[in-house]
Amino acid sequence: MSLLNIFDIAGSGMTAQSQRLNAVASNIANADSTVTTDGTAYRAKMVEFMTVPVGSSATTSGVKVSRVLEDNSPLKKIYNPAHPQADELGYVSMPNVNIAEEMVNMMSASRSYQNNVDSMNVAKSMLIKTLTLGQ
Amino acid sequence: MTIKLDSSLGFYENALRLTSQRQQILASNIANSDTPNYKARDFDFKSAMMIAMNSTSTPSSVEMGQLNPLQLDAGNFSTSKFAVLRKSKQNSQDGNTVDIDVERAAFTENALRYESAIAFENNEIKNLTIVLQGS
Repeated sequence: MSLLNIFDIAGSGMTAQSQRLNAVASNIANADSTVTTDGTAYRAKMVEFMTVPVGSSATTSGVKVSRVLEDNSPLKKIYNPAHPQADELGYVSMPNVNIAEEMVNMMSASRSYQNNVDSMNVAKSMLIKTLTLGQ
Repeated sequence: MTIKLDSSLGFYENALRLTSQRQQILASNIANSDTPNYKARDFDFKSAMMIAMNSTSTPSSVEMGQLNPLQLDAGNFSTSKFAVLRKSKQNSQDGNTVDIDVERAAFTENALRYESAIAFENNEIKNLTIVLQGS
């Protein structure tokens, strides 16, 4: 029943987009975290999407988060000698989170999530119509 | 009579099966709208429908109780044979060719086609019931 596969496909898309939204939330929440468990400043996280085959056909594919990457761009240095994390020159390493970028990512993830919810709803109404066939 | 039934309802059966397969491909496109290097696909509905109709509308060669090999073939019709890559109208930096507006429009249109096929088939069934009841 190929219409039921749409639930898997859209569901995989919703999971992947919510993981992306999770990463965005983590980045925004930690935009000022100068210390993490390993003692350094927080680095922005991003997710990488990958297609996964769904059903028997090679042409239909869902999506999954293949890995979570850390942004390796340099940390922002802020001069603040009074800060407990300041180095000998008085500079503090701040997270490399770009708030504008995170907001854009957040909106994109939320729109893509909505698109997947919509395709699931359409597939549901198609299936319900099919069940009333001949009545 | 079975052959007549098949030729009147078989068309809708094929239409429903193929539109639901196309819907699956479009759902894949929507789910993968943010996957790097994903190429948007569509379904060559016209040629798939023509082949499906030709393989089922050969009633003269079918004996009672004998399976038509072509009909069997149409049952597990591979979608990948009719999948075509969609031309991208705007290039994106990550190699993804999904245009979400095009996909959403095609998805809605295909759902309507599916539901209209169900409506027509319902009508056909009603007509047949009237004939069978003779009133």
